[in-house]
Amino acid sequence: MTTATIGAPVAAPAGEGRISLRSHLRHIGALTRRNALQIKQDPESMFDALAMPIIFTLMFVYVFGGAMFGPGQQEAYVNYLVPGLMAMTGLNIAMAVGAGVNEDFRKGVMDRFRTMPIARSSVLIAKIVTEIGRLLVAVAVQLAIGFALGLDVQTSVFHLLGAVALSVVFGSALMWIFILIGLTMKTAQAVQGMGMLVLMPLQFASSIFAKPTTMPGWLRTFTEYNPLANLADASRNLVIGGPVAHSVWLTLAWSVGITAVTAPLAVRRFRNKT
Amino acid sequence: MEVRGLVKHYGETRALDGVDLDVREGTVLGVLGPNGAGKTTLVRVLSTLIQPDSGSARVAGYDVLTQPRQLRRVIGLTGQYASVDEKLSGFDNLYMIGRLLDLSRKEARRRADELLERFSLTEAAKRPSGQYSGGMRRRLDLAASMIGRPAVLYLDEPTTGLDPRTRNEVWSEVQSLVRDGATVLLTTQYMEEAEQLASELTVIDRGKVIAGGRVDELKAKVGGRTLQIRPADRAELPRMVGAVAQAGLDGIAGATMDEAEGLVNIPIVSDEQLTAVVTMLGARGFAIAGINTHLPSLDEVFLAITGQKTSLTDDAPRGGAGAEALQEAAA
Repeated sequence: MTTATIGAPVAAPAGEGRISLRSHLRHIGALTRRNALQIKQDPESMFDALAMPIIFTLMFVYVFGGAMFGPGQQEAYVNYLVPGLMAMTGLNIAMAVGAGVNEDFRKGVMDRFRTMPIARSSVLIAKIVTEIGRLLVAVAVQLAIGFALGLDVQTSVFHLLGAVALSVVFGSALMWIFILIGLTMKTAQAVQGMGMLVLMPLQFASSIFAKPTTMPGWLRTFTEYNPLANLADASRNLVIGGPVAHSVWLTLAWSVGITAVTAPLAVRRFRNKT
Repeated sequence: MEVRGLVKHYGETRALDGVDLDVREGTVLGVLGPNGAGKTTLVRVLSTLIQPDSGSARVAGYDVLTQPRQLRRVIGLTGQYASVDEKLSGFDNLYMIGRLLDLSRKEARRRADELLERFSLTEAAKRPSGQYSGGMRRRLDLAASMIGRPAVLYLDEPTTGLDPRTRNEVWSEVQSLVRDGATVLLTTQYMEEAEQLASELTVIDRGKVIAGGRVDELKAKVGGRTLQIRPADRAELPRMVGAVAQAGLDGIAGATMDEAEGLVNIPIVSDEQLTAVVTMLGARGFAIAGINTHLPSLDEVFLAITGQKTSLTDDAPRGGAGAEALQEAAA
């Protein structure tokens, strides 16, 4: 047995107790590593990010593609569908964050984090960073299956990357909403249920699967204000060409707005949780 | 550590109802109380996890309410439920905490290895802590609390749910921490644990302090241990009781007979008395089949201190009865 003595604290002197930006980033790094190690330990938790895009893409292209664009026109539908599906993937990943946070934050280790000299927001930010990683994997899988089915990028690789970036930005904004819900609801199941309730109308009453011009007027109006539809339009036009300015700005505005409102609320909720 | 008039409500329940405490630097204060007495609430307030409704607390020179960030640099907490990440290995848990305490990568690695060795976890260092036994997890938890060399350590029922062997391991670790100069606040339901680890003791019930003082003082009040002797021949019971009474050994008032169990019960307060009794009986030619000592249970402690049982085991009228009984005992 060695003698690891108590002695003087090894942590930096207390001072004002303020946390420097460098320390803050280091804490986020350490906590992100924790999340990544958890995924490594439990690879099945990546299943949704890997399998969902494949299943959704195959299902919609082959089940509905013919009906949408005419028999044998599945490939044309791929070009319409896949960019929009990237937007939906962001939403699905974000919803899982809510349930994950709910479960994670009931564990004893959270008590330890909350008794440590770290900004409490760093725990939440690390979660977002990890989930952005998961989202990127999901989007990569999505694009891979898209290309395999004949997705044709008609702009440039930079436009494609722009579409991916937009999905990530909007997805991370949604994650704050679901973190807030996850911290507020009692159980992970309740978070899941609540998530589905929000998810369904946003997903289907949008331009992701079908052209809004085929929908009745009131529904078309809804899709015009549905942020997910905006993102899908932006993403699609970035990939297959078309006007993008309006929908891109709208998506960025939604993302900033959602984050500005829900992130501080989520951090406060986490801080006051007992 | 200085705690004054701490109050915390949960709805109608007063989890803490005006708690005062003092812990001198480098000593161990045991907080003894039944389930639901407010022990965990107390620890959560002092470790900045929850805010009290009123009262004040200073720990290591920092105000718990106004300087939580500074305080978090100098405290360590080991809870009743191990606060380590079950999916991470022992090493990764400790390394992560080192990094969160602003250690360099190298220093965090060194400190993790050092503590794994100290707590005999080196072999299990790479395994997920979720696969550890209860005792190993508790040791990892202690190690995690020590990464930052905290000046003040809170141990919230550190051995609840552990088997005796593991409990002893945890005890010896805590003892060596104290030798190294840590100030410790330990909550427990067991008199034995308090006696092993603490120099001073505070007994709480229903959020109120009902007794406090040095462990030996409280023990004297409670009556120390009971020595139980089993004669080889049950017929010897009355003669044995008589012999103890006649011998007039120092500080031994007498003995009682437990015919159902075939035991002679003798209240003692020291090991010397135990030796004296056994030597005397041996010298007088008694054949002894068994010897046991029995520490007072939490119930007996409460009974001795307050004249009533613990709050969870009876429906005695609530209120100041406990405090009154204590004043009588002190007078």
